[in-house]
Amino acid sequence: MSTMEAEESAPLLTVENLVVEYPSKKFRAKPFRALTDINISIGQGETLGLVGESGSGKTTLGRAVLGLAPVTDGRITFEGRDISHATRKQRRTLSRDLQVVFQDPYTSLNPALEIGAILAEPLGVQGLEQTAARKRVKELLDQVGLPSDAIHRLPREFSGGQRQRVAIARALALSPKLIVCDEPVSALDLSTQARVLDLFLQIQKDTGVSYLFVSHDLDVVRHISHRVAVMYHGEIVEQGPAAVVTRDPEHPYTQRLLLASPVPDPDRQEQRRADRHRLLDSQRHQHEQAGAVA
Amino acid sequence: MSDSVETAAVAAPAPSLNTGQSGTVVRSTVIRRLLRNPLGIIAMAILLAISLLAILAPVLAPFQENYSNIAKTLAAPDSVNILGTDSAGRDVWSRLLFGAQLTLLSALLCAGVAIAIGLPAGLIAGYYAGKFEAVSNWMVSILMSLPGLIVLLTIRAAFGPSVWISMIAFGILISPSYFRLTRTAVQSVRNELYVDAARVSGLSDLSIIARHIFSVVRAPIIIQTAAIAGVAIAIQSGLEFLGLGDPTKATWGVMLSEGFKNVYLNPTLLFWPALAMALTIGGLVLLGNAIRDALEDGEKIKHRKKAAQQKGTTAAPARAGQQRQSMAAVELGTEHHLVKVTNLGVGYPQADGSVKKVVDDVSFHVDRGEILGIVGESGSGKSQTAFSILGLLPDNARIVAGSIQFDGNYTVAPGEERVDQARLSRLRGKRISYIPQEPMSNLDPAFTIGYQLVTPMVRVLGIPKEEARKRALKLLADVGIANPERTFSAYPHEVSGGMAQRVLIAGAISCEPDLVIADEPTTALDVTVQADVLDLLRELQQRLNIGVILVTHNFGVVADLCDRVAVMQNGRLVEEGSVRDILRNPKEQYTRTLLASMLEGKTPMSMLVSSQKEPAA
Repeated sequence: MSTMEAEESAPLLTVENLVVEYPSKKFRAKPFRALTDINISIGQGETLGLVGESGSGKTTLGRAVLGLAPVTDGRITFEGRDISHATRKQRRTLSRDLQVVFQDPYTSLNPALEIGAILAEPLGVQGLEQTAARKRVKELLDQVGLPSDAIHRLPREFSGGQRQRVAIARALALSPKLIVCDEPVSALDLSTQARVLDLFLQIQKDTGVSYLFVSHDLDVVRHISHRVAVMYHGEIVEQGPAAVVTRDPEHPYTQRLLLASPVPDPDRQEQRRADRHRLLDSQRHQHEQAGAVA
Repeated sequence: MSDSVETAAVAAPAPSLNTGQSGTVVRSTVIRRLLRNPLGIIAMAILLAISLLAILAPVLAPFQENYSNIAKTLAAPDSVNILGTDSAGRDVWSRLLFGAQLTLLSALLCAGVAIAIGLPAGLIAGYYAGKFEAVSNWMVSILMSLPGLIVLLTIRAAFGPSVWISMIAFGILISPSYFRLTRTAVQSVRNELYVDAARVSGLSDLSIIARHIFSVVRAPIIIQTAAIAGVAIAIQSGLEFLGLGDPTKATWGVMLSEGFKNVYLNPTLLFWPALAMALTIGGLVLLGNAIRDALEDGEKIKHRKKAAQQKGTTAAPARAGQQRQSMAAVELGTEHHLVKVTNLGVGYPQADGSVKKVVDDVSFHVDRGEILGIVGESGSGKSQTAFSILGLLPDNARIVAGSIQFDGNYTVAPGEERVDQARLSRLRGKRISYIPQEPMSNLDPAFTIGYQLVTPMVRVLGIPKEEARKRALKLLADVGIANPERTFSAYPHEVSGGMAQRVLIAGAISCEPDLVIADEPTTALDVTVQADVLDLLRELQQRLNIGVILVTHNFGVVADLCDRVAVMQNGRLVEEGSVRDILRNPKEQYTRTLLASMLEGKTPMSMLVSSQKEPAA
């Protein structure tokens, strides 16, 4: 596992032939297959954007990396270690390097705990003593642009954007190498979204952290990612540099996705609308032709 | 404490002016609310007094519990025996005090045993589910099917007349109630994201349960305990009253039994223990209710008759009369507008008597065949404005200023405090319809889609069912559903989100309205589906020539559909104009900031808003 050259060139996270299946509720029914044959990798300081519609499996992929979804087949490797079936104890060690920011800042923070206690939680797990933890919490609040008196406040006293900053601070607490961001800006207002995206970029610049950035919004993914993977029906249909995938996509679904996103100008939007209808027509045409040939 | 934060949160995005949203959310803590509830205070006072008497029994009681003065039986109250004596010459006051001790302790023991069994079992079953839950559910079902009184009688026969043993047994019998309560509460938070976050942090299950899950069940457990302690006292006294208690111990039940035997000789012997029990059980029940009321957030706020608004208007009654006259006629020259909102203000009365304004001085109009977009961020008051046109504001909301007119008639006349439901219900569904944000939660899962489309048409248009069915099928085809028959007979859970939104749009236009209010109609949909739904809305609006108010936060959607745009911030309308003017040459700084936050056309990986040190979001 640890030959020198492998360590040097190996990406931070690799996912190979990943399959995730959820057992069906019905007796002896076929399990539900959420992910099929997923292959991705993320390098040091790199952002992989994961885009797709609801139910495409993009959230499940993030959860599988975090150990929150069952890995049926395939391998997830983090820094050369196989973490596909890591135990809780291994996860505890892993949590230093692998963290998460969830979509909904309203349910991802325990409403009964003060911000200080929420941020100190991962520190306490790693056995940091109280005074050191307190100091670190102050640093974190500063890093995400929250006032230091936030320590003794409850989550409900903050707006959505501020809560998301708390969630980001919690993810940063242990200076991880990879943060799985599950739609972290989807629940936020436009101007808040812009500030939080700035924060993500700033943190990456400062700390060299990698992101697995899950979003349904192609604009967001284009803005923040180095590389982009497009998911559709539990599979990755297209993967490549952000500029290519989000501007000149090959796969029909990505093409549809690109033209579906409206632009903030009536005339350009009219143009885009026409382009989209043309694309849909041509794709329908191709589909029919393919059907006729078969 | 929370006041300052709320203000800070409002003030952060932009310096809030004197106009706009005002007032703060005033919350009061649980304890304070408990103390403000007279029933809560009374209950706590009673329980505190009884507990103190019980604790101080050895000091306060003039006699030992079983000390009997044979020479002085069934005596009336005097200076030595302040409540008299019983048939064995024992002092009633002393026995009452020692009885309180035993009764309260045994009730505590019973609740303690029940919690000790039910709470951990419920936590584990709720958190892990699986086999443990299945097995414990079985055990609970068995326990609950046992006839309690018979079990207690059997145990008394087997172990003798000990209060403690019977209360332990009763605690076991009643533990399922804690188990079920805890399990249900835990199940509801088991999959919350903060529990997932704790798992990712590597917290052990035990710490997760202790830190994140236990806090959820704390409050219901306290409430439940108050009730169960009351039941335990009643059961225990009941057993003793039947003569199954320990005659050597002074308890209220034993005293009640003794009093009942001598009811013709000295009725007051029955009265005192009965009073003590009634006070204690009543106190516990009231305390439980008071805690529950205090924990439930919905504070009942009495609105002080427009005190805040009418301060200074001395001639209020005269003004009201004048307004009633002007009811029928709207301002001349404005009646051709389909909707006209003038200086509208919406507020919520707070606990301290102030009014929290969420909409302030908003004016706009919509004509037939026109789409007006209302853009703003969450909390800007855009939905509240839309809801006041629909008359769907929550009950505690007040129209604090302004008026709304629809097709030449007031729906909210100037000076009216609330939307007149009688006036609006004639319009709603028929001439004004609504497309909601969450398509799924706006369809009733218990009825087929066809039923939900047909019923309003039959009611509102008064057409026969067959005709309504035909129309519904045509509408479904109109909104681009490929197989109308199948969707018509489907239940809401059988269709996708995009399909459900099409159904709701079909419903919104089914009664041929003049105005459609769409509140973020595409926000919950996938981008590709959103594009289809926008196409549909545009096509329908042009064909039917209806006025549309589109509430959204997305400038792309605005560019796609709207003719005119109104931008809202903190309850105020900051800018209004044609869609090209607003999107290309915004005059207000706020609109510019919003447009600058758009990602379209930006250099990837560049900072969007914060070249300098950024403020908190």
